Parts: sequence; C-alpha cells; structure tokens
Amino acid sequence: MSRDLRRMRGRVAIVGAAEADEHGKLPHKSAFMLHAEAARNALADAGLSLGDVDAVFSAGLWMGSETAEYLGIRPRYIDGTQIGGCSFIAHVQHAMAAIDAGIVEVALITHGESGASRIGMPGTRFGVDAFRMQFEQPFGLAGPPTGYALAATRHMHEYGTTSEQLAELAVSTRKWAQLNPRAIMRDPLTVDDVLSSRMISWPLHLLDCCLVTDAGGAVVVTSAARARDCAKRPVWVLGTGEASTHVIVSQMPDFGFWDAARMSSERAFAMAGVRHADIDVAMFYDAFTIVPVMGLEAAGFCGRGEGGAFVSGGRTAPGGPFPMNTNGGGLSYTHSGMYGMFTLVEAVRQVRGECGARQVAGAKTAICHGLGGMFSSAATLVCGTEIPS
Amino acid sequence: MSDYTGPLPVATPETKPFWDAARRHELTLPRCRPCGSFVFFPRSVCPRCLSADVEWRQVSGRGTLHTFTVVHRGAKGFPLGTPYVIAVVELAEGPRMMTNLVGAEPDPAKLRIGMPVEVVFRDVSSEVTLPHFRPAGGGA
Repeated sequence: MSRDLRRMRGRVAIVGAAEADEHGKLPHKSAFMLHAEAARNALADAGLSLGDVDAVFSAGLWMGSETAEYLGIRPRYIDGTQIGGCSFIAHVQHAMAAIDAGIVEVALITHGESGASRIGMPGTRFGVDAFRMQFEQPFGLAGPPTGYALAATRHMHEYGTTSEQLAELAVSTRKWAQLNPRAIMRDPLTVDDVLSSRMISWPLHLLDCCLVTDAGGAVVVTSAARARDCAKRPVWVLGTGEASTHVIVSQMPDFGFWDAARMSSERAFAMAGVRHADIDVAMFYDAFTIVPVMGLEAAGFCGRGEGGAFVSGGRTAPGGPFPMNTNGGGLSYTHSGMYGMFTLVEAVRQVRGECGARQVAGAKTAICHGLGGMFSSAATLVCGTEIPS
Repeated sequence: MSDYTGPLPVATPETKPFWDAARRHELTLPRCRPCGSFVFFPRSVCPRCLSADVEWRQVSGRGTLHTFTVVHRGAKGFPLGTPYVIAVVELAEGPRMMTNLVGAEPDPAKLRIGMPVEVVFRDVSSEVTLPHFRPAGGGA
C-alpha cells in the first residue's frame, strides 16, 4: 500500500498561503468578508488571479457553492466537506486527488469564521443535530470544553497525566506567541497562572482552552508543473491522511487515545516516506491542552500515555527540541472555531523561512495535524520544500 | 415539572422506543439479532454488521463510571446548578452512554472511574423522562 501511496508524494504543492487582513474581535466584518480577504491574499501570495481558480473548497454551515459565489468564482469542482476544524487539512488531500485526476488544476481552500462576533454566521448552532440533541444536550453538554474534559479525565486516569503537564504545553505555546507580533495573547504565562485560572470543566481550566476569535485563512494548491511557475518556492504535499471514528461524544472508541489521528497520521507518514525525526516543525491543533498531548501520541511522536511527559520541560517551546505551534497556536494566537487552516498557513510560512523572530532555523519539513469534532475526526499533512529521494 | 428549563430530546422514529421506555422508567436498547450486539445510540441498523434485524430489549441499568467531567461553566439555562457532573457510563451490556451522575458530590476527589453506578429516572416534563445514573446502592 505504501508504495502506491508514495506515488502521490510531490504531485501537488501549496503555492499560496495567507490570512485575512486582521483577526481578533471584528464586529465590523462578516464571515464571508474574512473568506474574501484570505482568498485574495493567498492568490496574491501565489502570484495567481481569480481566473486561474477552477476548484473551491470550504467548510462551514453553508453550501460550498456560496463561498464560490461570494468570491466570483464559477468552479467546476466544489467541495464543502465539513468534518470540523481539520476540514481544511482534509481538503488538501481532496484537492490533491482532484488535481492528480486531471479534473482541475488550481484549488482554492478558504476559511472565514466570525467565531467571536458571530457576524454573518448561520443561525443554526454547529453541533446540534437530531442525535446530539437527544443524547448529549439533555445532560448539559456545555460546548467543546465539557466534551474534551471527558477525554482528559480518562487520559489522566489511565496514564497519570497531570494538570501541570497540560499547563506546561500552554506556557510553551505562549512563548511562541510572544515572538509573533500578530498573536492575540502575548503576556507572559506561568504554569501557576494556568492552574489558578478558573475551572471551566474539570480537569480543564480557562487557560487550558483556546481563544475564540474572528479570523480567516486560505491556501492555494496546484499541480507540480504549475507550481514551478508560481511566485514563491512550492511547498510540496508529501503526505496526507484523514479519518473519522464517531461524532456522538459517548461513542469515542477509546477516551484515552485518539484513534482517528492514528489512522490519519499513519497514512500521511506512509505516503511521505519521512521519519518522525525528519519533521522540523509540528503544528498540532490545540483547541485544548489535552488535544496536542493525545495528538502527539496518536501520530507516533511518543508512546501511548507519554504525551504529558513529552510536552513537559519546555520541550515544545522556542529553543526546545520539538518546535510546535510556532504561531502561538489556538491557545494564544487565534482560534476562529475551525482552527486547522492556521496550521497550514504557519507550516507553509515556516518551511519557506518567512517567520521572522519565531522562525525555526533551517525548517524544511512540517506536519499539520488537525482535529474535528470531539476527537471525532483527524486530518494530517506532511509538507516541505524538498521531496525526499 | 412543566417549568423545566433544560434542553429536551425530541424523539425520532428510530429512538422513540428508548424515550417511551424511559417514560415507564425502563432502560431499553436495540439489540442486533444476527450478531447479538447492543446498540447505542439507538439506530435502525446495527453499526457492527448493518443488519436491520434489531429488536428492543430491556437492559439492567447497571454499569460503571467510564469517565466524567465536573462542569463549572454550564450550558445556558441548564437546570442542574453548577457544578454538575457529566458522565459516560459503560453499561453492563457493553455500550457507553452520556448521562448526568446524580446523588454524589460533584467533587473529582470523591468520584472514581470504574465505580459501579445504576440508572435512576428523572421525570422532567409531562412527556419526557431522562435517564440519570447514581452510585450503585442508592447514593454516596
């Protein structure tokens, strides 16, 4: 299987990556305005124009075609796959397939979400469908923190993971944010600050939880041949994977282990043909501190149950041996609701060497690892400026 | 009872027997005849073998606390005051379901993963009864 998968390595590249002009609390901007800014900026980054785009990928509560309409694109390939915050990482895999099949050549993947201000967002609240309404809402499931806390409790029980270890991750991530002038949260942070922040849903404190912002981002994916003619050095798609195991929280197969992430990352590594040690920069979706801890285990960067120890001692902080979430993450940089897009944008910037004070020296290969639902889905991308021989 | 402010389930065709049984203070689940698995959440097909040959069976209402969270920032209008406990219970018959743990202090130090629990029914409106769980033996 891996030989067939490896055939796909380097067949497409990310040639444009950008964010909306601003992010944070933006009551003067609708979700689609954020889409449009990000799309315009990403196309400019690629040196491409609107007329070059023949495929549009977006994930929201609206139809994928609505994004295309707003942007003035008449695509011949539309993908509105919605599997939560990792959707955009999955879209890269879908775009790769569509481009490799010869159906399209230039794919625009966009994200815009008024997560904090809720301007121009559909009225239906994400996550309340027929079955969640029957088997979760009546028990007071108060949004994502309560769901993730159920996994954190089990992980602590099975492996001895501690709140201090989770807090260490938040502290290391904040140190990256302090190097990023665009990050929302840049004040110094200590383990004690995290542990003494108010309890949201035990064992998760306020500072174990991500920000809630208005933000947008976009990436442009194209064929290897076309990529060489774009404005900047191509960032090759080396490995991709996606997986889903459940949606209803109580049906998570193993509350102490993120099985979908194991599935998506195994496939991405098999396709890329790179070793874990080859990864220079890791972007691990961090809606809550427990998420990267379980993500690192699932993706094989450490053993099962070892995630807490792995993120301790500042190992993921600037200067540490495992540079992770270098933009400041969902915890300190931004988190619109579907954060996965920002892992893509930062990974591209890192391997291109565009990150200024937070640049990881010599970064060539990055991993983006995304989350959807309550550990429901996962998508993984390995990308880099060189195709391994 | 009519002043209950929490979200109420609205049954769908494949779940109606579950909620009807809860009204009678019985916990029932679909069971797949060909492969013998109990199914949660209730579905028209067995998620292990896709058989549509499912029958409704009463289950014991006993299980263990599989995991939990103590909610301090609760859902808006939720009638259990904070802090309250959301639990995932593993039923003796196998499936896991979300519920509220009642009859126990909402204190993580006093709750133990693996502790035996049993179903207790709460009539929250003239039409709806929710299955909650409490520590086995009638409370802590």
